[in-house]
Amino acid sequence: MKNKILMGLALASGVYLVRNLYIILLQLPDEAAQGAIYRIMYFHVPGWITSFTAYFLAAVASVWYLVKRDPKADEYAVALTEVGTIFTMLGLATGMVWARIIWGVWWVWDPRLTWAFICFLIYAGYLMLRKTVDEPGQRGRIAAVVSLFAFVSVIITYKSIDWWRTQHPGAVLSFRTGGEQRIDPAMEGMLFHNWFALTAFAGVIMMLRLGQERMQRELDALRRYTHSL
Amino acid sequence: MGHVFTIAWKDLRSELRTKESINAAAAFSMVILVLFSFVLDIAGDAREFGGGLLWLVFAFAGALVLNRSFAREQSNDCLDALVASPLPGWSLFLGKAIANFALLGIVELVALPVFGVLFNANWLRFPLWTLITCALATWGMTVIGTMFSALTVNLRLRELMLPVLVYPMLIPVLMAAMQLTTALLGGEGVAGDDWVWVKLLIGFDIIFTSLSLALIDVILVS
Amino acid sequence: MSEAALDVRAVWKYFGDYPALRAVTIGVARGECLAMLGRNGAGKTTLLKILAGLSAASQGEVSVFGAQGNSVDARRKTGVLGHGIGIYDELTARENLELFGKIYGLADPCRSAMAWLERVDLKHVADARAREFSRGMRQRLAVARAFIHEPSLLLLDEPFTALDDRSIALLQRLLAERLEAGATVVMSTHQLREAMELATHWALLVRGKLVHKDSRTPEILSDPTWVYRNYGEDS
Repeated sequence: MKNKILMGLALASGVYLVRNLYIILLQLPDEAAQGAIYRIMYFHVPGWITSFTAYFLAAVASVWYLVKRDPKADEYAVALTEVGTIFTMLGLATGMVWARIIWGVWWVWDPRLTWAFICFLIYAGYLMLRKTVDEPGQRGRIAAVVSLFAFVSVIITYKSIDWWRTQHPGAVLSFRTGGEQRIDPAMEGMLFHNWFALTAFAGVIMMLRLGQERMQRELDALRRYTHSL
Repeated sequence: MGHVFTIAWKDLRSELRTKESINAAAAFSMVILVLFSFVLDIAGDAREFGGGLLWLVFAFAGALVLNRSFAREQSNDCLDALVASPLPGWSLFLGKAIANFALLGIVELVALPVFGVLFNANWLRFPLWTLITCALATWGMTVIGTMFSALTVNLRLRELMLPVLVYPMLIPVLMAAMQLTTALLGGEGVAGDDWVWVKLLIGFDIIFTSLSLALIDVILVS
Repeated sequence: MSEAALDVRAVWKYFGDYPALRAVTIGVARGECLAMLGRNGAGKTTLLKILAGLSAASQGEVSVFGAQGNSVDARRKTGVLGHGIGIYDELTARENLELFGKIYGLADPCRSAMAWLERVDLKHVADARAREFSRGMRQRLAVARAFIHEPSLLLLDEPFTALDDRSIALLQRLLAERLEAGATVVMSTHQLREAMELATHWALLVRGKLVHKDSRTPEILSDPTWVYRNYGEDS
């Protein structure tokens, strides 16, 4: 039954993404200043939102683990962090392509991009750390602490737009600018559509990952048990 | 609170007797300074890049000291003896952090004059601000380094994981310290825009010290 | 004397999904000397770590002298001697003992340190660094560290393993003294003979379960393997 739900969700998000892609590429007009390349924003911005949301939920799962020591919480933490990291990489890649076209360079060391790269490094370190600890209880504890430390850095990333002057485009989404309509409504609508699609896709990846972790846990326990016989 | 200084003194005394990590850190910082001198043209660039260079030196050399922090408790299972004792986890952490802070301070005191001489940089122009910057940034490095040293102490690949985890977390501190030091070395002092960096350092120190004190027991008790 | 020294109730310890300790329930009265027996991997060290506060039980309750297992009060009264000796190589013998004396809240750590150095026959090397000591000397210093605060509860993990004869005799003497003073001792051991001389009770752990606890009888003293033959897995 669970598999059927997963397949259904995967199919639905796939269809949704394809529909969005169709609209993005063929129906929406070019943006005034940027031309065609601006369309990458439809993946770049929602990608980042999904990524940060995943990191936030991973931090929540980590707190949950520290309080309850429930192994499921640790499974959620790792699955969410992996999803977050995938979307961070997507965000960096799309951002670099956009920057190459618009600014002429693949990378600039402005605060926002720098912090985004730092996020990637930190969570990549988290994932590497998990691989080096064999014992699940110890792994969960250590990873939970690192996840909390990591998330503080993510918060600083989010705030960086307000703290430093930056070359990165400023806030354009209406909920960030306080209602002022800086962006064409159709484009803003599509941003949210794609955000839903990407989030659904993220959910599918997460469920797959959770299933994997659960099986791995059982395998480890069985292995230990047979060793002790 | 007295136990904090007992632990700090124990660590300092152990280290100052062997001087293993301090010598290694000081020597390493000299090596990096020399290596960087090939990269930079001393006459012009020291003003611009000196601040950045200095904190790179401190970060790399400091890692040598910070790595030893909890690692030194591993031989003879001393960490178990301490955790089983009535000593609270936060005392142990704070004591070690203070000792590390002092050791890093010593390394910096050794490296700064050499840096000043090799790169013709006058780091004494704003002594108070230089002291404040170094103190705040060094404490930031110390807290993160000590905490992650505790975190990785039981791991298989401790020597590899510690730098991988610690350096990205230190980037904010290093950025702030570099900006401030560049301003100080350049003769302008701390003004206008630079206050953001001071506030960042203070915020960073407060947040991560609190987080470490809150979570250290989770790490120490298995 | 009604309060038990140790009260362990339905303690489980999981490493992932694998239970290293399964519903262990055991009470240790004051003044008892309990020898914990069991094969390697039976859970003896795991249980001792939980009692010492180095590890937390996944489920169940542990109380030490009536207070919660990990409380500061319980730790102050507990002396621990594990697999590692817990001695700082770079500090002198005296400094090591003074350090732990201070941590355990002794009134006069310096005097206690000197007194104990004398008791373990290390007074002549009080100001030498521990790294210069022979193995036997380090073991005696470790014993002094565990006993310096005159603990009411002693947790020892295979204390007689890898001790030389002199140290074994010293440890037995000190343990007998502490027991006479009303302290409680829990030690895991493979050295049945040395342990059984002191033990008043024994308990057997098999694959994380407490199989049996009983008082030491004359038969066991003369033939310690009796326990394994009658209660162990092969029985």
